[in-house]
Amino acid sequence: MRVAGDEATFGITWHAQDALGEVVFFEPPTVGSRVEADGSYGSLESVKAVSDVIAPLAGMVTAVNEAVVESPELVNEAPYDAGWLIRVKLDDVAAVESLLDAAAYQATL
Amino acid sequence: MAPKPRTTPLHDRHVELGARMVDFAGWEMPVYYVGINEEHRAVRARAGLFDVSHMGQFEITGTGAEGLLHKALASDIDRLEEGQAQYSFLLNAKGGIIDDLIVYRLPNKVWLLVVNAGNSAIDLAHLKSFKHRAATITDLSDATAMIALQGPVAMELLADIWPKKTAGPATGKPFTIVERVVAGVPSRVAYTGYTGESGVEIMCAADRAGDLWDGILARREHGVVPSGLGARDTLRLEKGYPLHGHDITAKITPIEASLGRFVHLGREFMGSAVLDRQAAKGVKRRLVGLKVVDRAIPREGYPILSGGEKIGAITSGTLSPSIDRGIGLGYVPEMFAKSGMVLQVDIRGRLRDAEVVKLPFYKKEN
Repeated sequence: MRVAGDEATFGITWHAQDALGEVVFFEPPTVGSRVEADGSYGSLESVKAVSDVIAPLAGMVTAVNEAVVESPELVNEAPYDAGWLIRVKLDDVAAVESLLDAAAYQATL
Repeated sequence: MAPKPRTTPLHDRHVELGARMVDFAGWEMPVYYVGINEEHRAVRARAGLFDVSHMGQFEITGTGAEGLLHKALASDIDRLEEGQAQYSFLLNAKGGIIDDLIVYRLPNKVWLLVVNAGNSAIDLAHLKSFKHRAATITDLSDATAMIALQGPVAMELLADIWPKKTAGPATGKPFTIVERVVAGVPSRVAYTGYTGESGVEIMCAADRAGDLWDGILARREHGVVPSGLGARDTLRLEKGYPLHGHDITAKITPIEASLGRFVHLGREFMGSAVLDRQAAKGVKRRLVGLKVVDRAIPREGYPILSGGEKIGAITSGTLSPSIDRGIGLGYVPEMFAKSGMVLQVDIRGRLRDAEVVKLPFYKKEN
């Protein structure tokens, strides 16, 4: 997740895409819908499995990455960059502080 | 806790090649090395090399061997000459499929059965339960490895590592088996497979499997790539081949599974009474192939509907790499089992139209 002002970009980690394997579908939420913290906002599907994508924080969906809908493999190729999934206007920007950064996440693996 | 998965003689090679290993039927096996789609496409366009050493192998010998197989197998083994093979089934008394397998008739009254890894122990116990006199069942599974080389360039590659004084590998016909020294390794070469491509399944002593594997991969110039069980699954699904434990089970008969053509009706074998009755009177449900109209993947367990009513369920499905559409196998009442019929699959809460199609889903264009 990246945050700029009160807008956050959600995606999945390199580890998550690696565990999932080649992503072949992204089923996104609709722009304007709400996502809840720890709630599913869509699904990513690989050849072998379906996986819900979970929102780290609550807010309203402001954009869906149509490039990933068209070319789901972007999630594998660049999970932190071109493979982002949705943009969300956060309810509470301060809640960002409670989340793990990449280094802390790595330490939990 | 689940017991530690078993490993094949090629395990270290898979790990060295960077394979993603998974537990499959109690075996730690490569699901892919680079990616399922890439390996799938390599097999359709060039060749893939698969470790299928987890599969069970039994040799049946002795003067009673044929008699035992007449009782235990649902196919017509009398049609086999030495060196020929056939797709077959072990059935229970209700006609349910205990396992599907390939039976090979070898020279000198030796019969070879190649069965699914996960059913191997059940199959062996079932075969022994006939208590057939003068038939000896030898489990070769641990002593033997099996490597599948599949794809349009398989024969060309094989010719490079084939004994010079024998007819070339391309002269072998589908569903036959020969003994050859391949890449210096004494082997049984079977012209069978689970991908729908031209190719072979090569069986050799477990301690020579590495030499055979390396001997084939040394011919990378042909474009052969190590391929995992993931691609094996998508390849077989495109061809509509059923997978035991999913599309066929001990509660489903070959007639229901639309596999009646492999069964020798009118002869007596374990389960034959049920099959005879079903062939005459019809069945309540039948396996069909479904092609989803939208880009969505039907998966095992997803409900199949017609007119808003649930009429069946998907038993396996995937996104077909060759036709780029969601495909699946599933059971529906016979009245819906007609190609062209449009049904719906409930894909995580959304009803998606899916057309009943003739199998296979994928045929080579030429």
